[in-house]
Amino acid sequence: MDFIQANLPYLLAGISVGGQYALISIGYTMVYGILRLINFAHGDIFTVAAFFAVYLSATMPLIVSLPLTVVLTVVLGFVVERVAYAPLREAPRMSIMISAIGVSYLLQNLMWYITGGLAKQYVTIPWISSSVTLWGTTTKMVTLVTPVLTIILVVVLVQLINHTKIGMAMRAVSKDFETAKLMGIKIDAVISITFVIGSFLAAVGSMLYFSNYTAVTPLAGAMPGLKAFVAAVFGGIGSIPGAVVGAFIIGISENLLKAVGLTAFSDAFTFALLIFVLVFKPTGLFGEATTDKV
Amino acid sequence: MKKLLALALVLAICLPVLAMGEAATKGTIIVGVYEPASGASGAGGKQETLGVLYAHSLQPTVTLSDGVYDIKLVEVDNGSDPAKAPTAAQTLVSADAAIVLGSYGSGVSMAAADIFDAAGLVAVGISCTNPGVTLGNPLYYRICYLDPFQGTVLANFAKDEYGAKKAYTLGQLGNDYDIGLINYFTEAFKAAGGEVVGETFPEGTSDFSAYLTKAANEDAQVIFAPCSDLYAAQIVEQAASSGVKIPLLAGDTWDISSVVEAAKGSQVSVAVSTFFDEGDTTGAAADFVTGYKAWLNANADMKANNGGNDVIAAVSALGFDGYNLALESIRKADSGEREDIAGVMADVTWSGVTGMIEFDENGDAKRDQAFIKKVDTQNAVWEFVKVQGIGQ
Repeated sequence: MDFIQANLPYLLAGISVGGQYALISIGYTMVYGILRLINFAHGDIFTVAAFFAVYLSATMPLIVSLPLTVVLTVVLGFVVERVAYAPLREAPRMSIMISAIGVSYLLQNLMWYITGGLAKQYVTIPWISSSVTLWGTTTKMVTLVTPVLTIILVVVLVQLINHTKIGMAMRAVSKDFETAKLMGIKIDAVISITFVIGSFLAAVGSMLYFSNYTAVTPLAGAMPGLKAFVAAVFGGIGSIPGAVVGAFIIGISENLLKAVGLTAFSDAFTFALLIFVLVFKPTGLFGEATTDKV
Repeated sequence: MKKLLALALVLAICLPVLAMGEAATKGTIIVGVYEPASGASGAGGKQETLGVLYAHSLQPTVTLSDGVYDIKLVEVDNGSDPAKAPTAAQTLVSADAAIVLGSYGSGVSMAAADIFDAAGLVAVGISCTNPGVTLGNPLYYRICYLDPFQGTVLANFAKDEYGAKKAYTLGQLGNDYDIGLINYFTEAFKAAGGEVVGETFPEGTSDFSAYLTKAANEDAQVIFAPCSDLYAAQIVEQAASSGVKIPLLAGDTWDISSVVEAAKGSQVSVAVSTFFDEGDTTGAAADFVTGYKAWLNANADMKANNGGNDVIAAVSALGFDGYNLALESIRKADSGEREDIAGVMADVTWSGVTGMIEFDENGDAKRDQAFIKKVDTQNAVWEFVKVQGIGQ
């Protein structure tokens, strides 16, 4: 019992942060699957969502501001794609990647400019932010809600991809961009929907993440964003279940490392893992082996 | 056409003179404000700057033997980052600052010391408590107490107040202030027979639950976490929501309203050592408290920079003293030239709202007491506990 009481908090924190990474990493992995683009701005969209919530909630009740946050985040993701990525559709892949890095810095610096660089306290969402005691461990409700909500959203998403028309179009586009286009699939619409879904999940992830860790700064999303990216690579970039499993593994191992006292190395571990995976298993846990056709 | 042009030129030359009107001064002396306005110490830096701004609003000029000079403040943002700090410091050197105030945060002050030194520019550290700021930097002075003192004060307090036998320390990896203060605390705590377990967190950490769990698992009786204000609020918030019963203790950086906000309505116990107590009602301090509050409430922007309330941070009081001390040094040098100020600086004294300021041979203010404050979680205010020295 003592052992559980001593280590349960680490595990809970790991599962919850893993769920939050998962929601972000789906955005990375879906965009990669379809566009072969690593959308570096995704972590910043996650942060912007937090600022939307902070600023909107200052003037309106939560019941309005939170849905509006999600809507605005989705619109932002959509606009970013249309403005910064769509015109580069035919350009070399490197150009669009650099454009993504540009968007990331643009968003960061805009946030810096607007907020003055100071941390803002995230809104307190009733129930989610309240404390709960579990086997002698006190934690926030959000810790317990996150993994459940993450799994529900992932299941819904997988259903959407496997059993709807738009899902079929997405799969087709990710298999073969050119052919899908020739078969009459509206590429732009499919890509926009991908960004919309990614941003929606980032907005939800942002609510969960910042309910737990309440200081919002312009760079608050950079680290979770990077880790979610590592999770996506670890799970096999392009694969949704892979991203989710990868995110949970990273979240949990990070916290278990802290439990054994290696606190200073917990971030280093994540990135060492990235190198390890890229060197020894570039396709990740669930990734498809790429077949280059001549 | 030519006439018109000539007229326009004459007007252009005359206008600035006219604008000055009767308050014509001999010239302008520039005081540099070297503070973080962004980054992990941005909130604290802004509050420190507010104290300087308030002091400047009261005394925007200085009278020397040859007339009255305007004082102009030039603010730069060192971004709480020792890597960005040298550029900010260089800006002040190029802006012809006669004297520099700041910074909040020891790391950025140390990063700028060489640049100020090379330019022969006197810098007055306001709340940077690490000994390395003034040590070996003859032109860097400071008006607050030092970490060896503060660490000992806090170790004594942990012993006296909480009867702590085991302490858990937590600081940001590579942050001069955190690691320095933790070392002095650890030394003093161990010297008094205590036991210390220490951990560090990497920059940008937002999940402190693992560290708090560790402290509980180690059976620590006090958590000593002197870190930047950004992390402070998060640590308190997470300690509050996860029901940590171990008292939290920290140094001057935690004396900030976001910590009080985070602890509001919870069971968490937070105590800090600091430079100034708002409840001080003796002489100059009382005037400062009422005047500063009125000034904050009259300026919406300033109030926003103070965290949206009129709670007085100790660093604002120190900033106020810092500006007045800078004026005193300009008066004493009877000049706005860098070398003249550098020549007299060691002998400048000032009786400020945070107490008497006199420099020792290192350029550090001789301070022998710190204020200990606690968060009153019910009313969300700081509550004065006691004045603690190290002679106990």
